[in-house]
Amino acid sequence: MPILERDDAQIWRRRTTGQSLVRWFGWLLGVAIFVYCWQLISESTTWFFVWDAPRIANDIWTRATPPKWDYITQLGRPIWDTLNIATLGTIIALCMAVPVAFLAARNTTPSALFIRPIALLVIVSTRSINSLIWALLLIAIIGPGVFAGVIAIAIRSIGFCAKLLYEAIEEIDHTQVEAITATGASRWQVMAYGIVPQILPAFAGIAVFRWDINIRESTVLGLVGAGGIGLQLSASLNVLAWPQVSLILIVILVAVMISEWVSAKVRGAII
Amino acid sequence: MSHRELDDMLGKGWRKPAFVKNPLLRWALLLGFFAYLIAAFMTIEVDWGRVYEGLDRGWAFVLAFTSPDFISRWTDIWSGLLESIVMTVAASVVGILISIPIGLGAARNIAPLPIYMICRGIVAISRALQEIIVAILLVAIFGFGPLAGFLTLSFATIGFLSKLLAEDIEAMDKVQAEAIKASGARWPQWINYGVQPQVMPRLVGLSMYRIDINFRESAILGLVGAGGIGATLNTAFDRYEYDTAAAILILIIGIVMALEYLSGIIRARVQ
Repeated sequence: MPILERDDAQIWRRRTTGQSLVRWFGWLLGVAIFVYCWQLISESTTWFFVWDAPRIANDIWTRATPPKWDYITQLGRPIWDTLNIATLGTIIALCMAVPVAFLAARNTTPSALFIRPIALLVIVSTRSINSLIWALLLIAIIGPGVFAGVIAIAIRSIGFCAKLLYEAIEEIDHTQVEAITATGASRWQVMAYGIVPQILPAFAGIAVFRWDINIRESTVLGLVGAGGIGLQLSASLNVLAWPQVSLILIVILVAVMISEWVSAKVRGAII
Repeated sequence: MSHRELDDMLGKGWRKPAFVKNPLLRWALLLGFFAYLIAAFMTIEVDWGRVYEGLDRGWAFVLAFTSPDFISRWTDIWSGLLESIVMTVAASVVGILISIPIGLGAARNIAPLPIYMICRGIVAISRALQEIIVAILLVAIFGFGPLAGFLTLSFATIGFLSKLLAEDIEAMDKVQAEAIKASGARWPQWINYGVQPQVMPRLVGLSMYRIDINFRESAILGLVGAGGIGATLNTAFDRYEYDTAAAILILIIGIVMALEYLSGIIRARVQ
């Protein structure tokens, strides 16, 4: 412990001179990086618009209120599409995530050397790319529409579900698996009676959790043309129909809140 | 299980207990689920001819991953990537700094009720609005460029981090905080020595996780004109330059993987 002496009395010091110098230098570096980043942002910003922002915000607010309530009659189908994108996407994702998760979990993978890295790569690459980018890509490949949205949500969710699921598989109680194995069960019977019952609650929780997130994400997929209520949002934005925009935003908020409430209820019932 | 039930079950084969115990509820859930699936499939319009045509393009895209083109659009990629990184760093720093006081205010055990309500309100608004919708509104208000993206990411960071920080503070050990208070500490000292050491490891971990999320989100903000690599990626898709798009996606995946690895190391060191 570094000690400082003064007037023959020992005064406690937390760090040595070297340590505090390193820390000080680290903070300096951090601040310098932040200032540099801010400078880059500032350079590519038109500050005139920023100073004008309160007026513009006020202007948009007066244009957007009150929301055009009778427009809601045209939103029924887009909301149904949004729900379909989220639900079907989640189902497809779960079907594909289960095998990936079993291949990625250390205790169930057939080959830790070859197959596990591939499964992990699938998880990382699908997880790190946003569903909007997947939608963009799929629209270029299979054309705009609800189907592209479903597939985009599905691909994006594989990584998320598989990651949580394989962590759940790795955490299972091994004694139960051993007990089933000891009865002379085959590999698949061990899977069905030793492993699956242990991860089923986690699986259901993950499914509902991801469904909740997918409802959120599918509301904006339409911005790039992949169906759902976002399509109406971008159409209204393009013609500057602000009363419609505000109504759509309210509908999206309500949908997100409902899905969050449902998922919280279901997860509360399962766990 | 009572003796009576056990006696009844003697001599019969064992059957796996169902996941949902109430048979009526189980069948209703199953039936409703299939009814929904059929309804959903009926209303999705898939142009299979278009999908079939697109398979070639999809294959071309998969092939593009084997020969990504970093060179011919390198200046565009680099400027977009730099903007994304800059936005991520600045927004994470500002977002984390703002979310600490809000997180303190949103913890019921240290904040008085009026402040608690205000801070929880801020958190709820920030969490309910998705990044991309906030970005659209901010681009309309502040004009195109990374400033809108920076503000969007900061706003989203506040909702995420404040909520989790507040939950962590609410779950902290009261004894330590009380001991500090009993020594006659003033409020800032109480927070600094009684609360902060308990939540610091988790705060660091969550911040690292949020930086990771911010980078991923910054990749799509460009789609609505809020700066970052998204605009470059969108252009690459629109021009069917799959090799450039593949290069950008590989870069995004690589950076996300590096960030995840880094945050793993930092979290392991802090905890």
